[in-house]
Amino acid sequence: MAAAPGKIPRWVDVALIPLVNIALAFIVSGFILWTIDVDPLTALKTILVGAFGYSDAIGYTLYYTTNFVFTGLAVAVAFHAGLFNIGGEGQAYIGGLGVGLGILLVDSSLPFLLILPISILLAAAFGAAWAAVPAYLQAYRGSHIVITTIMFNFIAAALMVYLMVNVLIQPGSMSPESREFAPEGQLPFMHEVFGWFGIEVTPSPLNLSVVWAAICCVLVWAFIWRTRWGYEIRTVGANETAAVYAGIDPRRVIMLAMCVSGALAGFVGINEIMGVHHRLLLNFTAGYGFTGIAVSLMGRNHPIGIVLASLLFGMLYQGGAELAFEEPKVTRELVVTIQGLVILFSGALAYMMKGPIERAYLRIAGGLGRPAGQEG
Amino acid sequence: MADLLFNLLLSVDATFRVATPLVLCAMAGLFAERSGVVDIGLEGKMLAAAFAAAAVAAVTNSAWLALGAGMAVSVALALLHGFACITHRGDQVVSGVAINILVSGLTVVLGIAWFARGGQTPSVGNEARFTPINWPGAEALADVPVIGGLYSELLSGHNLLVYVAFLIVPLTWWIVYRTRFGLRLRAVGENPNAVDTAGISVSGLRYAAMGCCGLLCGIAGTYLSIAQNAAFVRDMTAGQGYIALAAMIFGKWRPVPAMLACLMFGFLDAVAIRLQGVVVPVIGPIPVQLIQALPYVLTVVLLAGFIGKAVAPKASGIPYVKER
Repeated sequence: MAAAPGKIPRWVDVALIPLVNIALAFIVSGFILWTIDVDPLTALKTILVGAFGYSDAIGYTLYYTTNFVFTGLAVAVAFHAGLFNIGGEGQAYIGGLGVGLGILLVDSSLPFLLILPISILLAAAFGAAWAAVPAYLQAYRGSHIVITTIMFNFIAAALMVYLMVNVLIQPGSMSPESREFAPEGQLPFMHEVFGWFGIEVTPSPLNLSVVWAAICCVLVWAFIWRTRWGYEIRTVGANETAAVYAGIDPRRVIMLAMCVSGALAGFVGINEIMGVHHRLLLNFTAGYGFTGIAVSLMGRNHPIGIVLASLLFGMLYQGGAELAFEEPKVTRELVVTIQGLVILFSGALAYMMKGPIERAYLRIAGGLGRPAGQEG
Repeated sequence: MADLLFNLLLSVDATFRVATPLVLCAMAGLFAERSGVVDIGLEGKMLAAAFAAAAVAAVTNSAWLALGAGMAVSVALALLHGFACITHRGDQVVSGVAINILVSGLTVVLGIAWFARGGQTPSVGNEARFTPINWPGAEALADVPVIGGLYSELLSGHNLLVYVAFLIVPLTWWIVYRTRFGLRLRAVGENPNAVDTAGISVSGLRYAAMGCCGLLCGIAGTYLSIAQNAAFVRDMTAGQGYIALAAMIFGKWRPVPAMLACLMFGFLDAVAIRLQGVVVPVIGPIPVQLIQALPYVLTVVLLAGFIGKAVAPKASGIPYVKER
């Protein structure tokens, strides 16, 4: 039924079909806006201006983008091993806990240049540890990783509420927040960084972790496509049986992929706790872990795609907030709706358009190619 | 002592109310997974139904129309899930996640656009709700020791949907184990190839199962918004769909054990509030969060194979590709 493979050029599969799927998601979103009497084109304009129109808007957009790069990469690494890590939210939460605990312990005694690597290591270690338990249960006890990572999201939430309310709360404070970190435990904002060089930038929550996110993209690319571990991960993801014959132990690969995935998700804690809030608090993950699923699917599990998808979602988060401000009928949850539609069309219904588009391509290409080549 | 007993009675009574949506959703998940379709989207379907029911109840003032709307919306989402995973062989987990996220956003967007109350729907009066049904003689018997309390507190005084939920459990058991449809349902979840060879449509069976799943989630959502409460509140399911999923796994994909797991999780929820600040000897005060996290912890422990073995239907989660 399907057209013979090899005849469809790569760009159709890599670029055209994903773009059509995303376009479908946005058409449905526009339709939803239309049903609640909001003009989709005006809304789009408000979102674009709100996300890129002025300098602090760009800062906010990139700040959100940073979170999505971390969680998107996290989901992607697990996907490469054929695992669906739905627990990015919990891993980010616990990663942030690690960052916060570390800084609270040492911020009065160590300089910033030592605290930064310690925090990065703690974010990675705590995030990886939270992913390691479901990974171990999947690899060695055969329990399904999707269910266990969901459960671990809820356990992480309960654990954080307990710790914040009973243990880490600042004495005398009403809201469950820790004390503020000393300046040594705060990651500089980008407007401060630019300030060092004499460049004036409007203040925004964008901080140095955006640089770490960019480094992580390169590291993940090198890890997945340029190391033996990445090769093993992709082999297990593609065909576990073949991997076993090649002498790869899938159980170790599952542990490795999930730990890397959890560590990446944990870096959300660097951006949020060390970079923006400068204290431990509740619910700082705000659904970023789930957005990572949409980002990864949309970016086809490749760092370049993930950066583009993260930018798109960063734009939607920031521009969506502006839209909610301008247009009383619209709320920020519109972005959540779009996120759901993107996951639906580029994830669950990814194959829906494949057949029709490939057939259409063959018809067009065949129509053009026949007079010249004459080969069937 | 009598005081303690009465407290326990109230907790058990509250357990039934808390467990009702769990039981309905667990049975919904059971139909889906027994047919070989993994359904993470119980939460989303329940939330959508809760919103639809509350919205229709607010507009029409009819509890029955609201129930119909809740079920219709939930079935539509179940069929969307089926369309993605059965027809287009998409990833079932991804599709479920998509539905959950889509609904958690869309209910708030539509709620604010239609009712302008920050995502809530207007609260409805008792005529548009499912209200408690008092059994004959409940008042008179209330003072009789033991039996009176049991009758008037436990059996009487729930709303219709609570009774429906607990009647659905034996019905589900009967359908799954005693009907031809049930036999085929179990077969298609274990070995779809064999079912296909026998000339029965795998897709048809799975769609039918998704229909059952949608109906039950619809009742659960309706219960949340217009029976247990009087309005829709944003994200009012608060993870109950996932607890129901956990309960279904805990019950090893069987109706009665799944219901018992729901009751256990419901009981934990009901006593969590009462146990706040209670000091247990040796251990000290029990953190409420621990009790709240217990269903999830127990499910993980069970899945790890430390309490018996939970074996899912064999073909669960695998799209069926007909050989040509």
